[in-house]
Amino acid sequence: MSSVLLEVVTPERLVVSEQVNFITVLTGGGELGILPHHAPLAATVKPCIVKVRTDAGEDYINVNGGFLEIQPDKVTILADAAELASMIDVARAQAAKERAERRLAQREGVDVLRAELALQRALRRLEVVELSGKAGNVLGSGNQK
Amino acid sequence: MPQNQRDIKRRIQSTKNTAQITKAMEMVAAAKLRRVQEAVQQSKPYLAKMQSMLAGISKSARWVKHPLLAERPIRRTGYLVITGDRGLAGPYNSQIIRTALQEFRRRDKDTYVIYAIGRRGRDFFRKHGYPVGGEVVGVPDVPTYDSVRDLATQVVQAYADEQFDELYFIYNEFINPVTQRPVVKKVLPLSDVGEAPASSAQYLFEPDAETVFASLLPRYAETLVYQAVLDAKASFHGAQMTAMGNATDAAKEMIESLTLQLNRARQAAITTQIVEIVGGAEALK
Repeated sequence: MSSVLLEVVTPERLVVSEQVNFITVLTGGGELGILPHHAPLAATVKPCIVKVRTDAGEDYINVNGGFLEIQPDKVTILADAAELASMIDVARAQAAKERAERRLAQREGVDVLRAELALQRALRRLEVVELSGKAGNVLGSGNQK
Repeated sequence: MPQNQRDIKRRIQSTKNTAQITKAMEMVAAAKLRRVQEAVQQSKPYLAKMQSMLAGISKSARWVKHPLLAERPIRRTGYLVITGDRGLAGPYNSQIIRTALQEFRRRDKDTYVIYAIGRRGRDFFRKHGYPVGGEVVGVPDVPTYDSVRDLATQVVQAYADEQFDELYFIYNEFINPVTQRPVVKKVLPLSDVGEAPASSAQYLFEPDAETVFASLLPRYAETLVYQAVLDAKASFHGAQMTAMGNATDAAKEMIESLTLQLNRARQAAITTQIVEIVGGAEALK
């Protein structure tokens, strides 16, 4: 099966660099599925869960918004922050979720937008862990911290 | 010179203690330097990628105008001054402050604004009544993007809002672990965007060129801030390592000369005692 190199880069590190067969990502213009040999494209990326399919199976990456560039031989996601399931601290995400929910329930004297974003981030993290766990944590096995 | 032996011994001991501390600080700084250098390496792909993407896009979207690219008549200047949070790093902080002051001397107070990263710089500028527009203190030893992000966003936004018309970074550039050089670097308006690699084809845009370009540029500027902070941090640990190394050497030298003094004093005391005994014996004859 033909494949394309996917790189997910954050300001702090290179998170993923892997040959993949298929990617879905939420761009500023809507959900986008990318197969190898896609035409060159540049897009903004909204906070979302990026789904990738490799020869070994599926995996999921939590991406906190950023940019996407497609070149003939390479797909690059420049993310503000990105993490694989293995980098997510489930207990912390759970705590963040509860905290954000409390804030939102309170409604007064809270930065609602910020709490909302925090809640979504926490939910995405938990979802990535769950999905990725089911699929068997295909990406980055071994070489991550 | 004939000092009390006990005094000298006490001084040797205290100097030894100091040397132990400076030695430890030197090693800690060395370890932190290594970690920051790693972080610098890790952060390079992002910047490189962003540059090539900008270059590619600006080729396809040449018609797009953006405030971060526009040259405006200079009425006000922004300075982002990066110092350390702590001292004990040799001339690291004073170098930066001196460089900044040289820059400010030519100007009226209302024609510039300072954004301070690092406690040392912030305290100085505040105390002496310089216009500080924003600040970050307590950046971790290995800086995270999050720790500087708010300020970076604020600075870039202020520029876009025309609160100032050009932006300079003032920080210590990391040359190698023992050399740091204070630099004044012009960052905004962005000028180095647009040298497209020959291969880059025409891009499709999602949702459209303006949106992508307009959100990419500020992020690029913010990344430059983060890069500068990383560089400055590496310099800081380097400077601290060197300063503490020198302090350890100085302490060792001092211990040597004090030991010599101690030996002399002891010898002198012994000689005196012998002379006294001999004198006493002579007197008894």
